[in-house]
Amino acid sequence: MAEIRVQEGPFDLGHEINRFEAALSGAGAVVSFTGLVRDEGGRLQAMEIEHYPGMTERAVAAIAGEAERRWRLAGCLVIHRHGRLGPGERIMMVATAAPHRADAFAAAEFLMDYLKSRAPFWKKEHGASGETWVAARDADEEALRRW
Amino acid sequence: MIDVLYFAWVRERIGVPKERVETEAPTVAALVEELRAREERYAMAFADLSAIRVAIDQELAEFDAPLAGAREVAFFPPMTGG
Repeated sequence: MAEIRVQEGPFDLGHEINRFEAALSGAGAVVSFTGLVRDEGGRLQAMEIEHYPGMTERAVAAIAGEAERRWRLAGCLVIHRHGRLGPGERIMMVATAAPHRADAFAAAEFLMDYLKSRAPFWKKEHGASGETWVAARDADEEALRRW
Repeated sequence: MIDVLYFAWVRERIGVPKERVETEAPTVAALVEELRAREERYAMAFADLSAIRVAIDQELAEFDAPLAGAREVAFFPPMTGG
């Protein structure tokens, strides 16, 4: 059963990975991915992340459930933040654990591709020249086709 | 009565995050037509439906989906998580 957290505050990556590993049994591989706010060459002042409370948790749980059906996983963790974040701050993380690394890598990539365009989050960049909603890219939609 | 929610730039164009709408619209598309006819801000927000996604009761849906029994409909741009 995947652990899913949608939260405003920061998280401690080392603590989360240690906790995740400690709870595993039968795992030989752990893969983790962390997404950070890019500073865009110093132009970005803040990133604001809006989400759809209720639907977000359901959508992320459905994506994680699909990963657990497709690969033999010993554990799956997703943390995604919302609210106002500064450059360099962690936005989100996924961690997957499996008996062997191939399943852990594949499941982590699958989770990232689906979180990008199927979980109800929207990013707005605040910079010196104003505010801009980040547009979805065609490449994000393309990325889903390989699964 | 149905709760209609808006997110991101759809919310900004319409000016509210949520409202209760009295409607008999049979589909999402019909609800959009009713909203568009209300005021310019709705017409502006719904000018290009290819840029808008919809969820019925917190599940992604299509514009031709029926609204019978739905409690909540949400409109938003393509998602940008991760």
